[in-house]
Amino acid sequence: MDRATLRNIIDELKSEQLEEQDILIYLLHKVQDYYQSHYIPPEVGEMIAEELNVPPSKVYEVLTFYTMFSTKPRGKYIIRVCTSLPCHVPGGREIVEYLKKKLGVNFGETTKDGLFTLEETGCLGLCGVSPVIMINDQYYGDLTVEKVEEIIESLKGGDAK
Amino acid sequence: MALKTNTILICAGGGCISAGEESVKQAFERKLKEYGLDTVVSVVETGCMGACSLGPLAVIYPDGVYYQKLTPKAAEKIVEEHILKGRVVPEFLFEGEKEKLTIKEKPSTEIPFFAKQVKIALRNVGVIDPLSIEEYIARDGYFALHKALTQMTPEEVIKEIKDSGLRGRGGAGFPTGLKWELARQQKSDVKYMICNADEGDPGAFMDRSILEGDPHSIVEAMTIAGYAIGAQKGFVYVRAEYPLAIERLQKAIEMAHEYGFLGENIFGTGFSFDIEIRIGAGAFVCGEETALMHSIEGKRGQPRVKPPFPVQKGLWGKPTVINNVETLALVPPIILKGASWFRQYGTEKSPGTKVFALAGKIKNTGLVEVPMGITLRELLYDIGGGHPQGKQIKAVQTGGPSGGVIPAEFFDTPVDYESLGKLGAIMGSGGMIVLDEDDCMVDVAKFFLEFTVDESCGKCTPCREGTKVMYDILDRITKGEGTMEDIEKLEQLAQVIKDSSLCGLGQTAPNPVLSTLKYYRHEYEAHVKEGKCPAKKCKAFISYVIDSEKCVGCTACARVCPVNAIHGEVRKVHEIDQEACVRCGSCIEVCRFGAISKVTPAIVGSVTK
Repeated sequence: MDRATLRNIIDELKSEQLEEQDILIYLLHKVQDYYQSHYIPPEVGEMIAEELNVPPSKVYEVLTFYTMFSTKPRGKYIIRVCTSLPCHVPGGREIVEYLKKKLGVNFGETTKDGLFTLEETGCLGLCGVSPVIMINDQYYGDLTVEKVEEIIESLKGGDAK
Repeated sequence: MALKTNTILICAGGGCISAGEESVKQAFERKLKEYGLDTVVSVVETGCMGACSLGPLAVIYPDGVYYQKLTPKAAEKIVEEHILKGRVVPEFLFEGEKEKLTIKEKPSTEIPFFAKQVKIALRNVGVIDPLSIEEYIARDGYFALHKALTQMTPEEVIKEIKDSGLRGRGGAGFPTGLKWELARQQKSDVKYMICNADEGDPGAFMDRSILEGDPHSIVEAMTIAGYAIGAQKGFVYVRAEYPLAIERLQKAIEMAHEYGFLGENIFGTGFSFDIEIRIGAGAFVCGEETALMHSIEGKRGQPRVKPPFPVQKGLWGKPTVINNVETLALVPPIILKGASWFRQYGTEKSPGTKVFALAGKIKNTGLVEVPMGITLRELLYDIGGGHPQGKQIKAVQTGGPSGGVIPAEFFDTPVDYESLGKLGAIMGSGGMIVLDEDDCMVDVAKFFLEFTVDESCGKCTPCREGTKVMYDILDRITKGEGTMEDIEKLEQLAQVIKDSSLCGLGQTAPNPVLSTLKYYRHEYEAHVKEGKCPAKKCKAFISYVIDSEKCVGCTACARVCPVNAIHGEVRKVHEIDQEACVRCGSCIEVCRFGAISKVTPAIVGSVTK
């Protein structure tokens, strides 16, 4: 991302919001969405600090506090597995084990082909159809190992929504 | 506009969407078009209808017939049979009770799941198209705002809310009217109204459903609150995990602007109010009000010491009221119908209704709204339908990581703030996770502690370090390495963390441990003293065994075993090598003869250290 693109995003946000002081978190979301590998490169973080006229440490402290932001490149698909109790009780543990095995990665890691990153998430509020995972902005519920396999295979085939 | 003969309401709540609602809707539309019915039958997507385990759901009006577990094929059949020929399709009817599969003419009064509910906060959820402001207005939407702005003074609005006895539905139960009054009394040029939609308690999803199913109710309520306290700006803080809620709320705000219910000079009264959405980024602690305000300000979401309370010094140092989504959803009906109308429901100290999210080992998972004071038994058995396989329900966990467990012997307790508090649990945000005999209480406690360890913001030591130590102890116990001193230490630590943590997260984090220790101490002791896990859940304490009388030697288990721990010849009794077994449970699932079972304590020599 170059400086001009970043400035454009900032200007857009400023016109959208009533208050300007609080733009940082929203901006980080936008920057992260800009990258297909869903992350915020350190040099862009520094650029953000300069553009917003705040110390880099402030950008960095916010960036590292929230679990949804990453400073490392992630996969095209971020698989967020709900590890809260309502998903754990009806078989979420098996889903977690299966995903780790199938993808060959642990939580926080990305597959070698750069397609999938496996992450944990708190409750997604879909407890009625637990166990649940979220892949990018899409939810998948009432999961079984077979269903997860189907989903992963279809994403590998490229027909993701 | 052509007259409509039928309306098909299809649930577009998160649960139903994940179950394939979109393809069902498309099938409905395709088939209707095929028969040229698309001009006289409308298909409307609504918010969550509540019975998430049976999705995708649809209701056909004017008959009011509910259909469940729909597929595109089912949708086609319903169009051909029900819509075209007026014949109900029995195989997809909503099951009130399996054995009595009859045609329900008026499901809302005959199916217990619906009949025992009183919907105030959820009054429009699952009934209207959330993206249509007209439908919201048709259900008396924005009438309360009009009444408040044109016929009531801010003080009168506050008095009505105070008289109604409405208490915060986010967990702590603080009187909403009092909060508004305190903010009203503050002298400041700028005040803020915040809606806390950072719903994060595992097992609670009512706020999400309201935002997705009836976003206008929040816009209306926040504007009323803004008028009452003297604020001109409002923020809704929504977690980033709820993209659909954000999208629909944004749309609602835009529509309200267009209709003049938001923005400058609302209803020509001179009162101006505007609302903006702020998005979180995955931090549970941001549900705590001071952390939430820091996050809106674009900072790390860490809590601070109270006082000063947000009504004194809140967002950017200005007086701020923070109300939770469900609380706000109750405001318009109270203003419109009056405090005494609201008080006809619920109990003296906990008036009104509360939305509960049923999850875990229960037949009807989903959202239900009931009058306060209903007993847990009615909630779990009459409405929830009991255990899905008819097993004994052991306990219910309320209030998520801040709450506790309530054992079955207390199921006749009325559900209200005080009664649950007395049992060592809390009302919390209304999540109820149902547990049965297969759930180990030490494991449950460990689970919540793991959650707290992850979500602790790290600012204060008792919460950051203390919860980690508690987690490590619980982990040791579930692995067979615990001692009796460990249990004592757990209790001591729990007390210290409760007393000395900075915010609500830390102060309530030990509750799951304390309450399981209170009611299920014997389970902890069984782990430590007898090497047993009574629920047969903790791997260190169980072994899988094959019953030689039931095994027919089909080899299914041997083939599925990932570590080749099962040996035996075809048509002869098989045996499990306990040294090699990793206790994955695959064999139990494939055995069609019920020959494999778990035993505790583990067979000697097989405990993996």
